[in-house]
Amino acid sequence: MIVYLNGKAYEASPGETVLQVALRNHLYIPHLCFHEKTGKAAKCRACVVEVEGMPGLKTSCNQPVTEGMKVTTNSKQVLDAQRLVVDLALSSGRHDCLACEQNGNCELQDAAYYLGITKPSFQLYDDNYEIDDSSEFIVVDRSKCISCGRCIVGCNHTVVNEVLNYGNRGYETKIVFDTDLPMGSSTCVQCGECVQLCPVGCIIDKRTIGAGRTWELDKVETVCPYCGVGCKLEVHIDRTQDKIIRITGVEDSPTNNGMLCVKGRYGFDFVNSEERLTSPMIKENGKFREASWEEAIALVASKFTSIKDEFGSDSIVGLASAKVTNEENFAFQKFIRKEVGTNNVDHCARL
Amino acid sequence: MKFYRSHILIGIDDASLAAGVKEIEAILRSELQKNNLSEEINILETGTLGLFGTGVSLMVYPEQTAYVNLQKSDIAEIVEEHFLKGRPVHRLILDNTLVRKYDFNYKRRIVLNNSGVIDPENIDEYLGTGGYEAWEKALTSMQPEAVLQEVKASGLRGRGGAGFPAGLKWSFTAPIKAEQKYVVVNADEGEPGTFKDRLIMEGDPHKLLEGVMLCAYAIGASEGYIYIRGEYKLCISRLEKAIEQARDYGILGKNIFGSGFDLDIFIKIGAGAYVCGEETALIESMEGNRGTPRSKPPFPGVAGAWQMPTVVNNVETLANVPAIITNGAAWFAEHGVEGCTGTKVYTIMGDVRLPGLCEVDMGTTLRTIIQQYAGGMKEGKAFKAALVGGAAGVFLNDQRLDVKMDYNSLKEYAAVLGSGAILVMSHSADMVDMLWSVLRFFRHESCGKCIPCAKGTQLLYKLIDGIRKGKGKESDLDEMIRISNGMLKSSFCALGQSPCMPINSAITNFREDFLARIK
Ligand SMILES: Cc1cc2nc3c(=O)[nH]c(=O)nc-3n(C[C@H](O)[C@H](O)[C@H](O)COP(=O)(O)O)c2cc1C
Ligand code: SF4
Ligand code: SF4
Ligand code: SF4
Ligand code: FES
Repeated sequence: MIVYLNGKAYEASPGETVLQVALRNHLYIPHLCFHEKTGKAAKCRACVVEVEGMPGLKTSCNQPVTEGMKVTTNSKQVLDAQRLVVDLALSSGRHDCLACEQNGNCELQDAAYYLGITKPSFQLYDDNYEIDDSSEFIVVDRSKCISCGRCIVGCNHTVVNEVLNYGNRGYETKIVFDTDLPMGSSTCVQCGECVQLCPVGCIIDKRTIGAGRTWELDKVETVCPYCGVGCKLEVHIDRTQDKIIRITGVEDSPTNNGMLCVKGRYGFDFVNSEERLTSPMIKENGKFREASWEEAIALVASKFTSIKDEFGSDSIVGLASAKVTNEENFAFQKFIRKEVGTNNVDHCARL
Repeated sequence: MKFYRSHILIGIDDASLAAGVKEIEAILRSELQKNNLSEEINILETGTLGLFGTGVSLMVYPEQTAYVNLQKSDIAEIVEEHFLKGRPVHRLILDNTLVRKYDFNYKRRIVLNNSGVIDPENIDEYLGTGGYEAWEKALTSMQPEAVLQEVKASGLRGRGGAGFPAGLKWSFTAPIKAEQKYVVVNADEGEPGTFKDRLIMEGDPHKLLEGVMLCAYAIGASEGYIYIRGEYKLCISRLEKAIEQARDYGILGKNIFGSGFDLDIFIKIGAGAYVCGEETALIESMEGNRGTPRSKPPFPGVAGAWQMPTVVNNVETLANVPAIITNGAAWFAEHGVEGCTGTKVYTIMGDVRLPGLCEVDMGTTLRTIIQQYAGGMKEGKAFKAALVGGAAGVFLNDQRLDVKMDYNSLKEYAAVLGSGAILVMSHSADMVDMLWSVLRFFRHESCGKCIPCAKGTQLLYKLIDGIRKGKGKESDLDEMIRISNGMLKSSFCALGQSPCMPINSAITNFREDFLARIK
């Protein structure tokens, strides 16, 4: 079907919303609570537009398109309403962009930039804000929260850890962990889904504060090395130091849909660790020495062969690892059955 | 039936209970006994008499004498003088001139006709006044469609604030085929200064049940829920009793009157959030979730409680339905004005001589309501303003006294009838203080779901608080208007859309009051 945004015709399909059509065509409409994964909450109200034939303003994030629909996203009425929402959001939090981790990657900043808001018109927040840094990997600065609810939907419906929810009402509404516990004492497993979904700098990674700005980092997509699920992740690298600064999940990847576990997201300090093994080691006279892969594999093969010759195939057991992929596990059992010649093969996940 | 020379009605409501009505009633009984009058004079416990701030009150029939603010020590005197010797105790009687003016004339009442007359805890008294006739008539001789058509033809509009035509609302739900449909009564009554629904439920709980029954039949629902605010303890106990009695009489239950129609009614108790009066937030709360509104569409009529088609109506709306079915749509439409039929119950507070409630025809002017039904302004006080419709209402000045009180006429002045709360203010009232308390209310009651309301109500409160403390600027007035108008355009629900009404009307009509605090 055809819909008109600011007078221009665009192709759209039934079921799409005005916001989706606009964004797909690089027509920006401010939006703070909408995220493809958490859905249309229609609660931030930044995305309001005019729709011909409908009274008042409509939130574009949950407005389904219809054939021939005429939408205006840039009238004075629309921009004034959007500006009020974004101004109120900015006014009610300590949005100190200069030192904020989210600077350059903040959806509130994007909206303010688009609307030409240079500084908040009011100061509504209390200077006595508290930062919750009780958790190992995550810091929460609630004064920046705009109550978009994405973290809550994520925690409860995508990763289903059911830790986050709303507490209090009205202006005092805030996100709470369990029964308003510090994050570190709650049942949070630090998967970081909430960090990933937060449009502003309210829930952020702890270990990388001050370690690098988003535009200085190279982003490389890869697969998590930890387990067979094979989550797709994006590694943010500081090339000047050859160092990983942070890891995020890749949204709409079929294996993990942006989600990661605590290890995949935060367990990367081994990469630059001094103690990391970088070549095979062979123990001789109680001491390890470096060896080449060829030498190490040849040694293992000859030991297996002699055990098999002396004691028979059934004296050998193969135990596979959950850290490797299905294909590798398949090859492994094939090797144990065919080459070693035994059915003694199992997997660590059967504990 | 036994014949009594006089009937004494004792108004039992939360206020009179607090003033010790039970103790006074016991003294009254024993005094009558002492004087051998128990066989001649009947005592009836009833709902409120419709007065406010009058402590323990009695109404004596047939002479229609209202005794007010009674103390224990007064009772012996009343019994001896009035009932034994036939000489009313004038010092305890409500000002006679007021009584004559006051709306003790029940003839035009529709929803409150039994309140203060029958014993609300006794189903037989309701039956004695023709109660449940409409229900029987509907079940035994009318198709659901006919009930719906009658309500539609009556022109009955919702009394919860928005004035949506009740029959039209029902007609969206009636044709839907669903496993289950519900009728939900909105008895949350959170609008400041409004207590009409409480008085209806306290005074005549069966009337509400009958309204629910008729609605359920018309739309094909087999369960009704009354969502009631938790503070309304007396209403809750009276409704519980009424439901029990109706079940015992086979008026509720399975196969009612052999018609094959099943219906039961349950009570859900709210936890006192204003926003839970908004119908979708109410449903969320009923389901056990956080009380915040849902996106519409889908409207509750299509996907409401537990995602099933649900009609949500206000208490007063449903309490009108039995009379419509019994007497017909044409009879109902004789009340009120074109486009806004029937009566309206108002709660009038403030600087009037008789604060309380009245039920008058739609379209009655504000002046008549104040002069005739509220006894006029208090001695020595002149009218300055009226806040009509509660916090989400409009401040009217004396230019608007002759406005007709109905949904359409008020709209011409960008005003609303809302819940029917009228707060009358004299020149001693300062509009800055009034607006301050209204905005404090909104700040407190915003649910926090959307940015414009959660943050906007806080900002508006800060601005008015600054003005009140003498720290405001004239430009703050324009800012308040700008911000609240913006909230009207972008807020998620009607709560955030409301502050613009009191703000615009207060600042436009009473700008001097604001400037006086600024300079
Ligand atoms: C913030 C808010 C509070 C409300 N409170 C009430 C209330 O206490 N009682 C009520 O009947 N309707 C209330 N309403 C209106 C309801 O949403 C709904 O329109 C009404 O119950 C429909 O019934 P009616 O058509 O019979 O009036 C409120 C609406 C809003 C937005
Ligand atoms: S880190 Fe994961 S478990 Fe913890 S609060 Fe965030 S989403 Fe929930
Ligand atoms: S913490 Fe972030 S994601 Fe969660 S509600 Fe606040 S702004 Fe939204
Ligand atoms: S307008 Fe928004 S914050 Fe206010 S009560 Fe409605 S949903 Fe909640
Ligand atoms: S993006 Fe539409 S309301 Fe938040």
